[in-house]
Formats: sequence, structure tokens, C-alpha cells
Amino acid sequence: MSRLLHALVSLVLLLGLAPLLPGIVGRVKALVAGRRGPPLGQLYFDLARLWRKDIVLSTVVSPGFWIGPAVAWVAVLGAALLVPIQPLGAVISFPGDMLLFVSLLALARFATVWAALETGSAFEGLGASREVSFAVLSEAALVTALVALCVQSGATSLEAMLTPTSGAAGVLLAAGLFLVLLAENCRIPFDDPATHLELTMIHEVMVLDHSGPLLATILHGAAVKLMCFTALLVSAVLPTQRLDGWLAALAWFGGVLSVTVAIGLVESFMARSSFRRVPLLLTTAFLLCFFALLVAWNEGGA
Amino acid sequence: MTEAVNLCVGLAMGLNLVALTTGRLPSLIRIVAVQGMLLGLMPLLLEHWAGPIVFLMVLGTVTIKGFVIPYLLRRAMRAAHIDRDLEPLIGYVPSLLIGAAGTVAAMAFAGRLPLLPEHRDTLLVPGAMASVLTGLLLLIGRTKAISQVCGYLVLENGIYLFGLLLVHSVPLMVEAGILLDLTAAIFVIGIIVDRIQRAFDSLDTRKLTTLRE
Repeated sequence: MSRLLHALVSLVLLLGLAPLLPGIVGRVKALVAGRRGPPLGQLYFDLARLWRKDIVLSTVVSPGFWIGPAVAWVAVLGAALLVPIQPLGAVISFPGDMLLFVSLLALARFATVWAALETGSAFEGLGASREVSFAVLSEAALVTALVALCVQSGATSLEAMLTPTSGAAGVLLAAGLFLVLLAENCRIPFDDPATHLELTMIHEVMVLDHSGPLLATILHGAAVKLMCFTALLVSAVLPTQRLDGWLAALAWFGGVLSVTVAIGLVESFMARSSFRRVPLLLTTAFLLCFFALLVAWNEGGA
Repeated sequence: MTEAVNLCVGLAMGLNLVALTTGRLPSLIRIVAVQGMLLGLMPLLLEHWAGPIVFLMVLGTVTIKGFVIPYLLRRAMRAAHIDRDLEPLIGYVPSLLIGAAGTVAAMAFAGRLPLLPEHRDTLLVPGAMASVLTGLLLLIGRTKAISQVCGYLVLENGIYLFGLLLVHSVPLMVEAGILLDLTAAIFVIGIIVDRIQRAFDSLDTRKLTTLRE
């Protein structure tokens, strides 16, 4: 019974609080720019509005057009269930679940790209090709970071291996994971979520033709994915396991909040980099994680 | 003490990789200057006796590497009206990967060297070798004369780092002499850059390989 309750609470936290994160990012950007900005819960209103609308289906699309977003949402939700929330821990945890985490995120990406290609729009093809080619590098960085955590803790489940790292390895890993977070969630400097020019979009252009509940599913999935990566970064850096009860929860929420604010600050103070520089940034993220792995290896061997 | 030294050398190794990724001449000059200043402060961390000569040495290194040389390079850049882009021969991603591989190789190689026990735990030797490798890579992979000077400076930083290992047996006067040579060399290169610019209307060193009347 308590296990069921735990799962329910985690689900409510993950699904319910996720749309708040883009709201916080937006608020930080607005404050830095000297505006008041939209309300923190803007995404909730958007989701409610989109959910009441009808779906416009093109005559040329196959069912993949609406299956894609659904599969992507379920896959992201599955990945979120594997990420530990302090002090509750992960809903599902077993040895080797880090591989499932990575592959579920890859499945979500595949489904989104599939749905984007269904429409046969040139813009969406462009966005899909960019998304996939950047994913090659960012996934390499993510896997390397997870392997570094593995080597360091000697465990292969996300819940057990997310022990906080200290010293040089911790700094390298935090920087690498933060870059991966920005890349995976289509944030500046990799992609601009607020852009209105199709030619420069990556993620946004893939979902141009989705409307109503389908778009709501995609937006909510993106918010949950942001939540996953934020939680991953916080658990990899903050020593929340040593605290207990409410203190751990407080520290965890503080960590998530500060990472979100950091994303907002990065978006306010940086311009998106040109497409030719993006592989370089992603290679940097990969190398940061790789050096963290080497340091972890060295310390484990010594 | 070792911690602080390792932090400094680690930062310098990071700056090596940043220098490989940057695509702008002014930022490359800035990075090399910061690296020079960082390494210039190292004798303070290494020396157990901090005599006035060490302070003078540190002051001289930081001033020359951090302010005088960047000033000379920037002046040469302005005088020659150089494009700020670097136009690399080896792309940024490949050079970053080669630099990282070189850093890892330097770490692995230094682990096998028969070092003195007090140098075994420090990053001095791998840091020196990684800097030398990065300097060579910058020299080979960039076409502009001033970026090649920056590569030469990174190389010199590596050699300087190696020299710190011998700080007990080599008088600091030798270091001071090297520093003087370096300044003179940069000064001369500044003049040469101007001459190349006038003769060829460009600082692209690829054009220097063809002979003409």
C-alpha cells in the first residue's frame, strides 16, 4: 500500500510540477529583461486550452502522426519514473535501469521525429534532421556521464548510482550534465524555444503541424523531460541522501529551483550559437563527461 | 599545497582545450594571456621559501605574459588590419578531440615515468606535456601568423611548467632570461607581421610557401 502511495505521490509531483519549470524559466527571463512576464503557471493554462481544442489532421498523414506524440509522452513518463526524487527515491528501480532511461529518451525522440516526418513538410524534415544529428553527440555525452556515475558508485541503477560527486570529477560532471540538459531540452545556446523563424528552429519546427491535445501532449512531455534532466543533475551533485525527511525534500526542491533559475539566466545572457558551433559545444559536453569518467576511474583504481 | 598546484595546472589544461576551440583572434590572445598569468603565479605555490627574488620573478612573468605580450599582439593585429576569424586548417572539433586525446595520453605517459616522489602526485608533468602538444597543434592547425604566435606561447607555457620541476636546482635568473627572450621574440614577430602584411596583403602563412620575385 505504501509503495502504491509512494508511486502516486511521485507521479503527481513529476507530472504536476513539471509544467512549472518552463514557467520559472520564463519568469527569470522576463525579470532580467525588465518585464513582468507571463504568470508562473502559464503552461497549465496553455495545456488546458489546447486540451479543449480539436485536432486538425492533414489528409496525407498516416496514424503515425498522432501515435508519435502519444508514444513520446509515455516514453518520457517511463523515463521519469526511473529518476529518483528525494527523499522518496525512484518509483521503479532495478540494476541496469540507466540503459532503459537512455533508450526510453531515444524512443521518445524517435517518435517525435517520426510524427514530424509524417506531414512531409520541408521545414519539419529540416528540424528532424537537426534534432537527430545533434542527438548523436548529446546522447554520447549523457551515456558517458551515466557511465562515470556508474564507475564512481559501482552500481548500475539510477537510484543507487546518483551519489553526489565531489572534487574535480563533480565539477566536470555538473558542467557536462548542464550542457546536456540545455541541448536535450532545446534551450539556448543550442536551440531557441521562443523563436518564430522556422529556419532556425529545431524542436519547435518539428511540432508545427500538431494541434490541440496532440500539441498539449508534446508540450507536457517536453516539460517532464526538463524535469527529468534537472532531477538527474541535482541528484548527481547535491548530497541529499545524507539528509533525511523534509530537509532532503527541501534541499532537492531548492536544487531543482536553482537549476531552473540557472537555465533562465543562461537564456537571458547568452545568444544561441550558430549551427556550426553547436557540434563543438556538444563535443565539449562530451569531453567534460569523459574527463569526469577518467577521474572517477583513476580514483576507483587508486 | 599539492591541491592548489593541481588546481592551477588543471585550469591551465582546461584553457589549452578552450584555446583550441576558440574561433576569434582576440579571445585566443586573451586565453593565452590568462594561462600565462596563471602559470606565472605557480612559483609562489611551489616555493617553500618566498624570497624577494621569487616575488620579482612572479611579478615579471605575470606582467610580461599577462599584459606586455597581449598588448604587443593586439597592436600588431590592429596595425595589420587582420580579420578576426582564424580560418583553421584543422577544424575546431577535430582539434578539440586531438587536444583531449593528447591530454589523456600525457596523463597516461606521465604515470609511467620514473618521477621524483614529490612530483608523482602533481599534474606538473602531464600539464607540461599537454601544453606542449596543444602549442604544436595550434602551430600546425592555424593559418594566421598571430595565431601561430599564440601557439608558440602555449608551447612556451608548457616548457615553463616543465622548468618548474627543476626550480630547486636551476636559478630563477635562467627563467628571467627566457622571459626576456620571449618578449624580444614577440616584439620581432610584431614587426615581421607588419612586413608580411605589407608584402603580401595578407597574413595567411599558406601564401608564404610560394616564391615570387
